[in-house]
Amino acid sequence: MLSLYVPGDSLIHRTPAWLKLLVLCVCGTAVMIIPSPVALAVGLALVVVSYAVAGIGVRVVWRASRAILVFVVVITAFQWLFSSWALALVVGERILFLVAAANLLTVTTTMSDLIATVESLLTPFARWGVRPDRAGIAIALALRFIPTLVEQGALIREAQAARGVKAPFTYLAPLIIRALRMADGVGEALEARGLGAAPVRPLGATGPDPGATDPPAIAHPPTDKE
Amino acid sequence: MRPKDIALIALFAALTCTLGLTPLIPLPLIGATFALQTLGMLLAGGILGARRATASMALVIALVAIGLPVLTGGQGGLGKLVGPTAGFIWSWPIGACLTGLMIQHWWEKLTPARAFVAAIIGSVSLYVLGHSWLAFSLHVPWSVAWWSWVVYLPGDIVKSLLAAVVIVTVKKAYPLITPRTRAAS
Repeated sequence: MLSLYVPGDSLIHRTPAWLKLLVLCVCGTAVMIIPSPVALAVGLALVVVSYAVAGIGVRVVWRASRAILVFVVVITAFQWLFSSWALALVVGERILFLVAAANLLTVTTTMSDLIATVESLLTPFARWGVRPDRAGIAIALALRFIPTLVEQGALIREAQAARGVKAPFTYLAPLIIRALRMADGVGEALEARGLGAAPVRPLGATGPDPGATDPPAIAHPPTDKE
Repeated sequence: MRPKDIALIALFAALTCTLGLTPLIPLPLIGATFALQTLGMLLAGGILGARRATASMALVIALVAIGLPVLTGGQGGLGKLVGPTAGFIWSWPIGACLTGLMIQHWWEKLTPARAFVAAIIGSVSLYVLGHSWLAFSLHVPWSVAWWSWVVYLPGDIVKSLLAAVVIVTVKKAYPLITPRTRAAS
């Protein structure tokens, strides 16, 4: 699966992900509150400048915003007809700003940085049993499962077609049952590699391991491989 | 939460993404299309139970947030999580949780009809948050945004029927929900 990340070495690429997220949250909130079309236009211009600084090409912007542009045009027309042109302008500008600014973060931040940010954002939820260190593993597993599911789904559909099954979606139940068996195996494999109760220790951590239970030799698998 | 639960959570997140890869199915009568991704949400709720299903849908949101094009039509990125239709995506964990809770409640005496009720409630719960955010972010009167659910309803009925059949089938072949305890955690 291809990430939407666009490689680069600009100032915006080098800004830490958490800072970009913070700026996005603050600006996003401000944009939802500010009712002035002029101020919003300035904000939009700043976003455009940021895109230029990040060196993001027009083609990337077009690909990311194609879907939303239709929305903006329709809703602006709607607001123009039913309320006022000022409101139409404000609403259109707000959506464009939010989506463009958020997409800028997406295209200038690597997936690993974003995963690390997601993990740290999950830390407060630890008291409800959420394990932030598991988020990265879950993301990697999900990405690995996608092509497998596509493949298995195609196989089952082919087998059913050979037997003359024509009804749509009859492949879903067998696909899920097969996938659940597979998940069982994956769960066992994870357990065998020491992903039990102990927190996953970062590679290269020194000192005694508080989470070590059984043979410590298999307690820390290379986390970059499944 | 055991490693197997992580695998299951990841599996249903992946299934939801995979369902987004299938082309939109046009509904000839009303001219609207419906996306299959909420089917993934319903199946997660009905097969994994509330706890794991909620985590699974949160994982889908995380996949979108880290910039993977996993939403219907190859869309993704933070833009989708703040845009006008973001409310629908953010309510997936809630819908999955509701469906999961109801299926867990009825687990011992689950019938396709009950599974359908659980699925339709999960689907309809998306309307509340989805349309509220749509109305707020587009500055459209609530009454207008609220009526757009009519377009989605036929699709949601079809998806809920489908989900009910699959949930009951999978329950017979591979039950994962343990009733009366906290979803095997």
